[in-house]
Amino acid sequence: MSPSAASEAVYNSPNYLNAEAGIRSWLTTRDHKRIAVMYLGLVVAAFALGGFFALLIRVELLTPGPTIMDAMTYNRMFTLHGVIMIFLFMIPAIPGVFGNFFLPLMLGAQDVAFPRINLFTVYLYLIGAAIAVWGMIQGGTDTGWTFYTPYSTTTVTTVAPVLLGAFILGMSSILTGVNFIVTIHTLRAPGLTWMRLPLFVWAIYATSIIQVLATPVLGMTLLLVAVEKAFGFGIFDPARGGDPILFQHLFWFYSHPAVYIMVLPAMAVVSEVVQAFARKNIFGYKAVAFSSLGIAFVGFFVWGHHLFTSGQSTFASGIFGVLSMFVGIFTAIKVFNWTATLYKGAIHVAAPFVYFLGFLYFLMFGGLTGIALSTVSLDVHWQDTYFVVAHFHFIMVGATIMAFLAGLHYWWPKMFGRMYSERWALAAAVLVILGFNATFIPQFLLGNMGMPRRYYSYPEQFWPLNVASTAGASLLAFGFLIVLIYLVTSLVNGKVAGPNPWGSRGYEWNTPSPPNVLNFPETPVITRGAHEYQDPPAEATHAH
Amino acid sequence: MNELNELMRNLLWLPKQASDYARSVDHLHFFVFGSAMIGAWTVVATTLVFIVRYRRRHALQSTEHVEPKPVHEAVFIGVPLALFLAFFAIGYPQYVELQTPPKGASDVYVMAKKWMWKFAYPGGPNSTDVLRVPVGRPVRLLLTSRDVIHSFFVPALRLKQDALPGRYTQTWFQASEPGRYPIFCAEYCGLGHSAMLGELVVMPAAEFDAWLDEQRRSNQVAAQDGQPVAAEEVDIRGNLVEQGRRIAAMQGCFKCHTVDGTQHIGPTWLDLYNRKVKLEDGRTIVADEAYITRSMMEPNAEVVAGYKPVMPTFQGKLSAPEAAAIVEFIKTLRTDAPTAEPQKGPIYVPISGK
Amino acid sequence: MHTEAAGSPHLAHHFPSLEQQEHAARMGMWLFLSTEVLLFTVLFTAYAVYRYLFPVGFEAASRLAHVAVGATNTVVLITSSLTVALAIYYARRGDSRKTVALLAVTIAFGAVFMVLKAYEYHHHFVDGQLPGKFYHYAGLKGPGVSMYFTLYFLMTGLHGLHVLIGMGVLAWVAARAARGEFGRAYSTPVELGGLYWHLVDLIWIFLFPLLYLL
Repeated sequence: MSPSAASEAVYNSPNYLNAEAGIRSWLTTRDHKRIAVMYLGLVVAAFALGGFFALLIRVELLTPGPTIMDAMTYNRMFTLHGVIMIFLFMIPAIPGVFGNFFLPLMLGAQDVAFPRINLFTVYLYLIGAAIAVWGMIQGGTDTGWTFYTPYSTTTVTTVAPVLLGAFILGMSSILTGVNFIVTIHTLRAPGLTWMRLPLFVWAIYATSIIQVLATPVLGMTLLLVAVEKAFGFGIFDPARGGDPILFQHLFWFYSHPAVYIMVLPAMAVVSEVVQAFARKNIFGYKAVAFSSLGIAFVGFFVWGHHLFTSGQSTFASGIFGVLSMFVGIFTAIKVFNWTATLYKGAIHVAAPFVYFLGFLYFLMFGGLTGIALSTVSLDVHWQDTYFVVAHFHFIMVGATIMAFLAGLHYWWPKMFGRMYSERWALAAAVLVILGFNATFIPQFLLGNMGMPRRYYSYPEQFWPLNVASTAGASLLAFGFLIVLIYLVTSLVNGKVAGPNPWGSRGYEWNTPSPPNVLNFPETPVITRGAHEYQDPPAEATHAH
Repeated sequence: MNELNELMRNLLWLPKQASDYARSVDHLHFFVFGSAMIGAWTVVATTLVFIVRYRRRHALQSTEHVEPKPVHEAVFIGVPLALFLAFFAIGYPQYVELQTPPKGASDVYVMAKKWMWKFAYPGGPNSTDVLRVPVGRPVRLLLTSRDVIHSFFVPALRLKQDALPGRYTQTWFQASEPGRYPIFCAEYCGLGHSAMLGELVVMPAAEFDAWLDEQRRSNQVAAQDGQPVAAEEVDIRGNLVEQGRRIAAMQGCFKCHTVDGTQHIGPTWLDLYNRKVKLEDGRTIVADEAYITRSMMEPNAEVVAGYKPVMPTFQGKLSAPEAAAIVEFIKTLRTDAPTAEPQKGPIYVPISGK
Repeated sequence: MHTEAAGSPHLAHHFPSLEQQEHAARMGMWLFLSTEVLLFTVLFTAYAVYRYLFPVGFEAASRLAHVAVGATNTVVLITSSLTVALAIYYARRGDSRKTVALLAVTIAFGAVFMVLKAYEYHHHFVDGQLPGKFYHYAGLKGPGVSMYFTLYFLMTGLHGLHVLIGMGVLAWVAARAARGEFGRAYSTPVELGGLYWHLVDLIWIFLFPLLYLL
């Protein structure tokens, strides 16, 4: 049989996508792969919605005065944008899609430890998202995603639904984290020691620890805001002895580790992509693996760098500032090791690799602006200005979303058995990277000039850079749209992919494309680490 | 050195440095920016060289397993760590300096409220949105908020401090360049967050002293904690309209009410007098002297339809003559009036050269 | 090598052995319990902060808490932890009657706890010792007093909610025990339910001294 005919045969035989038909089989599935695909649909929809609000914001900022909306609407726009992007995309996306799909495959397991709870997290996501979005649109929450008191407890707009929605979304995140930790501990195939684990697994493990430990704190803190707003108990109200800064400490105790929930999975993905596309074993496996844990650990002790101008003690600011530097060191280790992996590699520049490069550069530049912010005196000028906005978008969009796209393109043939158009993919990647730069580099400069965040109108000297940023955003959006189109059409028109179009030696590629419902007919036995590309080839992953 | 400072400042779109502290912070900024750029672009260049040099030549090309030597990881960790700690070792003392006002600094009380800044000199005048300080003398700011958290931000000074309800925070500066510099609110506080603009006016010391003396001589009341009180009493024999305009400006009315018909947070004053207005509760009334006065004292009693009930009360802050002066001023704001003098509060003059 | 034949009806397809599955279930439960601890940690932190800011007010206000009732509740919960531990013991030995009985006693103790709590709440309501802006007890005024009651009601309220949830979980486990589902080979749900109940007890053991004794 010719290779393509063989692929067709595999594609058309029963796999996890077509084994059971009908909506009901999807809504009641316990298959981690189907759950991953449902997450993919949901997070992409969320991203489109959050991106839509971002475009509206940027259009409004095209002129110094009112452009297309009034101040109240604008304030609701940036709240919607932030809440949707963070809670409905950034936190759940990579773990929910790639974690769910590939963790069991990489461990040689048939599923995650708790498949029914896994399905439950999808429903929690849906319910939480519905309540939060409905609440923001109907009640018009205008607090920003950070809900600072006393503004959030005294605003005339409705805040309770979005707080409740975020709480429920947090439960989804926590249960995902619990599931993954237990899966990694208890469902590794024989021979898969910790030091042979794919780096993707290490980083997902670190992410899950943060999800479990940090999210409950946010949940309770948001609940307290809702209680205070509804009943006026005064926990954050100075008139009753409360301290609004206590809210900030509690909020950032979660929300700083949360940014590592957003970036560690991205690092997980690119560790896989760089090894596959450089066709080379990672440089410094232990350093990369342990730096993920290092980021998770140290990340819990730096939250006060969001409070440098809040009246926090000088001493506390010093501690938080210097500890923040250390998180940067762990990231630097990874950046150098990924770069060194390219040394003596056999590099194939395809779309996933282009996105990896984008990730690497934006993580590096964006991360360095984070270090700059940690020097405390510089942060005094930049705090609450567009500099900070640019910094976190460099990481969230420049790093995490590039990594998401890298993973999506790398694993698309595995998940759906189809290849997408490489030409369109490269063109879109270039557009996305250029559009990204055009959107956010002007924002660094706006921050330097002193333009504060969350400004509906602004003095005229900020006008030209705002126009530049909006132009970039349109380009970026256009790039994303192209990605969506060619990926979706590939499901119908794309070339049928074989089991391993990239020649990757990651464990997950030892399955058909798409995989069967039952991941492995027999439990695999692991005899070597993943991504070993020496000659002669190392032993195969499975002993039969 | 000065040219290099100016070159970097312009390259990075930073505002003028209005104090020595701002200049030091900028020098740190340049150092961080420069070393970060060198490091980052070196990595970029390395990746590009590797991509070309080690491109894949055939599909199943194999590669060797390269293990790092301890010296590699030591360099990967040691070099960035040393650099980052150097940044911190320069920046943290600057922050400590900012948090430590010198003895002998003169105090100014800053009270932030939605959506304006109120400044009060101990024993001296109060002002809204405009802060005057002398060149070359340290000034300590004691900040608080009347409602939600605001943040006092002067980009030219590289200075920012949150103003919190229920307590005081402090910061200080010593301006070195006369000029006018914008003040922004940097903590989201609602509808008027981006309209909460102020102006720092740095004056030569002698001019400042003269201004302060003149203010105190004509001042009746000096509030210590920034409570909004009109600085001058209304002279009934004088020009009531002009006084009304001045009082309205000082009380910050123009933050929310325009005089030229523009839609804003509160109803415009243009053609307000004797206008038929529709209220939230459906009634239609005429905006006569009684209604306008009541709106200043009990603003949420009869809110105009389509507007949010966010106007604070001026009960106790405006005496009867002052309220009357404002009403008289409003009465002159007619589209067919020959001389309508638009006053939008402090006029910000853009500083040259970003 | 084939996956072990699923001898037990409780063995899921993706676990190679029942032992591994139970190990996973226990690990998952411990992780979940740590999230519950962190939930309460927020309130403990707030308590610590405000106690530090208002030492006199908190001490005076805590004297208004009913120590005798609180102490009784402590004994009730500790005893209920004993009965649930015994329930696990008998479940492992397949004695479903004793298991159900002991679970029922545990739930009953939980109900006693809630009734005593309700009695306390009622008294506080009547006296006006309420959280935040609702505080109007004339017998004690001052900074921090209303904040104490805010935290008192939030912490005991959240705890009470967890007692109710625990009672529900144990009732469901008892129903399964009554159907004879548990024995030497399989008693994980009883263990997990018992773990949850122990946590509920443990949290109270911290709450009691902080709110009543200090």
